[in-house]
Amino acid sequence: MNSQLIPGLGPAPARPDAPVLEVRGLAKAYHGQSVLKSVDFSIRRGQVKAVLGPSGSGKSTMLRLMALLEPADAGRILLDGHELGGLGARGKPKPERALARERQSIGMVFQRFNLFPHLTAARNVALGLTAVKGTHHRDAHDQAMAMLERVGLAHRAGHYPSELSGGQQQRVAIARALVMNPTVLLFDEPTSALDPELVGEVLKVMEDLAEDGMTMIVVTHEVRFARRVADEVTLFDEGVIVEAAAPDEFFDNPHHERTRRFLSHVH
Amino acid sequence: MEFDIGVFLQQLASPDYAKGALLSVGVAVLALVLATAIGFALALGKTSGTRWAQATASAYIWFFRAIPALLVLLIIWNAFPQLFPILRQDWFSPFLAAFVGLGIVEAAFMAEIIRSALLSVDEGQYLAARALGMAPAKVMAKVILPQVVRIALPPTGNEFIGLVKFSSLASVISLQELLTTAQVGVNITFRYAEYYAVAIIYYLAIVTLLTLAQNAVEKKFLWTSRKAPTRPAPAQAEGTATEGAPA
Ligand SMILES: Nc1ncnc2c1ncn2[C@@H]1O[C@H](COP(=O)(O)OP(=O)(O)O)[C@@H](O)[C@H]1O
Ligand SMILES: [Mg+2]
Repeated sequence: MNSQLIPGLGPAPARPDAPVLEVRGLAKAYHGQSVLKSVDFSIRRGQVKAVLGPSGSGKSTMLRLMALLEPADAGRILLDGHELGGLGARGKPKPERALARERQSIGMVFQRFNLFPHLTAARNVALGLTAVKGTHHRDAHDQAMAMLERVGLAHRAGHYPSELSGGQQQRVAIARALVMNPTVLLFDEPTSALDPELVGEVLKVMEDLAEDGMTMIVVTHEVRFARRVADEVTLFDEGVIVEAAAPDEFFDNPHHERTRRFLSHVH
Repeated sequence: MEFDIGVFLQQLASPDYAKGALLSVGVAVLALVLATAIGFALALGKTSGTRWAQATASAYIWFFRAIPALLVLLIIWNAFPQLFPILRQDWFSPFLAAFVGLGIVEAAFMAEIIRSALLSVDEGQYLAARALGMAPAKVMAKVILPQVVRIALPPTGNEFIGLVKFSSLASVISLQELLTTAQVGVNITFRYAEYYAVAIIYYLAIVTLLTLAQNAVEKKFLWTSRKAPTRPAPAQAEGTATEGAPA
């Protein structure tokens, strides 16, 4: 494997066990309804964390806040110890342009792919480079092609999203996030919108990424994937973290009644 | 009086009509450009979260949907120069007054077209673009606008046709556009049928050309790597089967 193609492997952190991304006391309410209730969550470089939980428990909300797509009501988001989002100088909310710069470090893959329908697969992947990093078009195209190669879709580079299967679209979306060389990659139920026969190809790409040392937080209902690939599994319920444990312990010997109830539904 | 084909053909070839048609199309094009610019700002105002922007946009749309375009033209041409001396100069021509007047009225209608196009773009498109780290202006220019244009294109074509016809209102501010050209000829010769028939031919030609142009532009917005046939052709005749094969 060409090491140039493996993003997220920046210089080694000062303390190897220090979290690369950490949220503390993260809280969010919609219309007075509390959706996240003071969540603490962290991940170390190269770790893969799976997040499970019933629908409506706040998993997507946590990812959106971590990706700085929405402001938190309370709490801090730290990347390599530096505070992201939140308040800027003199206690004012940071302007969208400043947030945009910080978002480059955190990649996001969505349940419904959200590819740009007016661009070919290659240009979907290249757009972040040209429009955000100011990369020259030819260079951006080469990097995009390398990323598409990485997710096994170089032969579909000239196709538009409407001409790709769901699994292919999601792999392009992963390439689009990867090419920005994010420090952490967030996945929000990346296979939930796929026909069952297309789930495997996406999970395969994600497993390869994990093996290459990518730092990943994966919200998923794929229990077998969580068990095989994740370093730790977390259960969300009603806006709080109920249980977090190594996969074997989480699935075979859960401590909490709510975890047992949840697992009895998904198994 | 019989229809005199000679008179008809003679007028059809006359440069007066061509000039009138050009003025009509020119007024319509510039009015549409102006209306799209103002309409885009109004649509952003209406979809923004800012209350004063919403109120301003709504007030504009309310006002110019209610006022007849003819009245707006008369006000701009007759009333404004009385109020603003700077407009009593040569550069303030009927052509300028016509396209500005029709443009600011049309903006109220373009605003609605652009607003509904903006709303029909999936929210996930904004999320994906922002997640990449794109600044707001880039999100709009690189991701949202191309999708808005595709949705707004067909109704905008209709508005353009409307503007070509509305440009005839500018006769009241003495712009020699297409219909006025016919009317002037009629007033001298009383050859109604021949002169109006020529006007019909010109309007048909303008709208036909526009439709062709619109089809060509819409093809650019198909977003497919194949050279798609104009119509979906599931069951093709044997003789043409090879043409439909993907490239
Ligand atoms: N933008 C929003 N506006 C209002 N309510 C929201 C919004 N996003 C999420 N919610 C609500 O917050 C709760 C948690 O949603 P979500 O984070 O999507 O849960 P999950 O991803 O675990 O299914 C749900 O009740 C949902 O209806
Ligand atoms: Mg969700």
